[in-house]
Amino acid sequence: MTRDMLTNFKRIFNFALNDFGRNKGISIAAIFVLVVTIMLVTGLVFFHGMAGYLTAQIQDKIDITAYFKDGSAEEDILNVKSQILNLSPNIKNVEYVSKNQALTSFSEKHKNDTALSDALQEVGNNPFLPSLNITTTGAPQQYEEISNILQTSDFSKLIDKVDFSQKKDTIEKVYSITSNVNMFGVALSAILILLAILVVFNTIKLGIENSKEEISTMRLVGASDWFVRGPFIIQGIFYGFTAFVICILISGFFAFFISPKISVVLPGFDMFNYFLTNLWIFVLIQLGFGIAVGTISAFFVVKKYLDI
Amino acid sequence: MIRFEKVTKIYSDETIVLQDVSFEIKEGEFVSIVGKSGAGKTTLVRLIMGLEVPTSGQVFFQGKNVNEIDSSEMQKIRRKVGGIYQDYKLLPNKTVYENVAYIMEVEGKEKEEIESEVPKVLEIIGLKEKFNNFPKELSGGEQQRLAIARALINQPDIIIADEPTGNLDPYNSYEVISLLEKVNRAGKTVVLSTHDREIINKLGKRVITVENGKIIRDEAEGRFII
Repeated sequence: MTRDMLTNFKRIFNFALNDFGRNKGISIAAIFVLVVTIMLVTGLVFFHGMAGYLTAQIQDKIDITAYFKDGSAEEDILNVKSQILNLSPNIKNVEYVSKNQALTSFSEKHKNDTALSDALQEVGNNPFLPSLNITTTGAPQQYEEISNILQTSDFSKLIDKVDFSQKKDTIEKVYSITSNVNMFGVALSAILILLAILVVFNTIKLGIENSKEEISTMRLVGASDWFVRGPFIIQGIFYGFTAFVICILISGFFAFFISPKISVVLPGFDMFNYFLTNLWIFVLIQLGFGIAVGTISAFFVVKKYLDI
Repeated sequence: MIRFEKVTKIYSDETIVLQDVSFEIKEGEFVSIVGKSGAGKTTLVRLIMGLEVPTSGQVFFQGKNVNEIDSSEMQKIRRKVGGIYQDYKLLPNKTVYENVAYIMEVEGKEKEEIESEVPKVLEIIGLKEKFNNFPKELSGGEQQRLAIARALINQPDIIIADEPTGNLDPYNSYEVISLLEKVNRAGKTVVLSTHDREIINKLGKRVITVENGKIIRDEAEGRFII
């Protein structure tokens, strides 16, 4: 950078700083609109985080259970487990639940239900079958595929029943809801972001239109394109940066104070922790969005008035 | 210094503002362009400043065809012109000091030079006490004096004043014209566009009279006769 360029940059920066302070009304309006816009985008990021967590939670709870015939040897079942793990890359986990574990878990779960405890006593022996709980990484087709393999493979003679068909509808429903939520989220985000950009662009446009005469005077006295345009673009950066500082503080406070309430609705999801873990993403989105929209709007609006 | 060669300007609504106008202004001259409102005086000034493109003909500034040069070259030419306008064309968000300093900053002058020159010019023009005021805090006369200070600060080759006394009372008008005469005596070219009869008749300098877009008179020591 030559000395002249540095001098010019300093001057352009000072003009921007002066105008930013002197046109308080326009600055406040532009920052306010940017804050609203950035918070909207931030809200979408939080929503995406919560929806992702919820989807993962629901998908984790969906499994296929293969019940083995009474009297099947544990060794055989564990052998089947290792074979299943090699069946498909979509299998996330296979958990062995023995006859005794099933009984313990059932008794623990219903320890306050005397009717069930009495009924269990009445049966006399352990009525539960040993089982393998299989979870996959995603789509319902994978469950169907695994269920079919289980029923047709060599080890199918050991299996009493596969309880996929009862769960099939639920799995398909959950999958359809989560994929719809994701699609809806993307579409809504795109529309809202576009609207937000237009609102910011128009606010900055109104601000610069006030300076239309000023721009033409600057051109009349021989100011170069960048000498005229520079201060407006730097003001756009100021707007974006100020809005970012306000937004990151609001986001932090919001995540901190709302976190306990969200945990009630979404157990296990700590919003403040999500904010801290993804802080750089929030910073990049808020700062990038604010500065990019502020700067690009200023660039195009001033360009319109430079042509004299 | 400035040469018009058969310049015609017709606006999109078919209004003919200038028709086949040719004249030359030499370095160091004081030339007044007179005529009734709507005669084409302002269009002449706008053509010199490159703010309008002639429909036909050519306008030359220091030998360069104004309409054939690119935007950055045009900006360099504008820095050599001190413009004074009826509506002052000051920068409303800048103080008196900053309005004048801006011209030197555009030119890329050093900070030290700006800090030494601007106060001097503002003192000469009588605005020393108003350094930190904004244009809206000045009277009409003060605003025009500020516009003159801005036009003079870079010691331009030429001063173009388009109706500079249009919004001023007789006392302030006299002051503005006296300043222009002083600048001309210092060797600068001055082009004054006005419809103020009294001013022209007192000046006793070259007068180009425009009527209905045509030059009807061009006299070395002219008077306002329409």
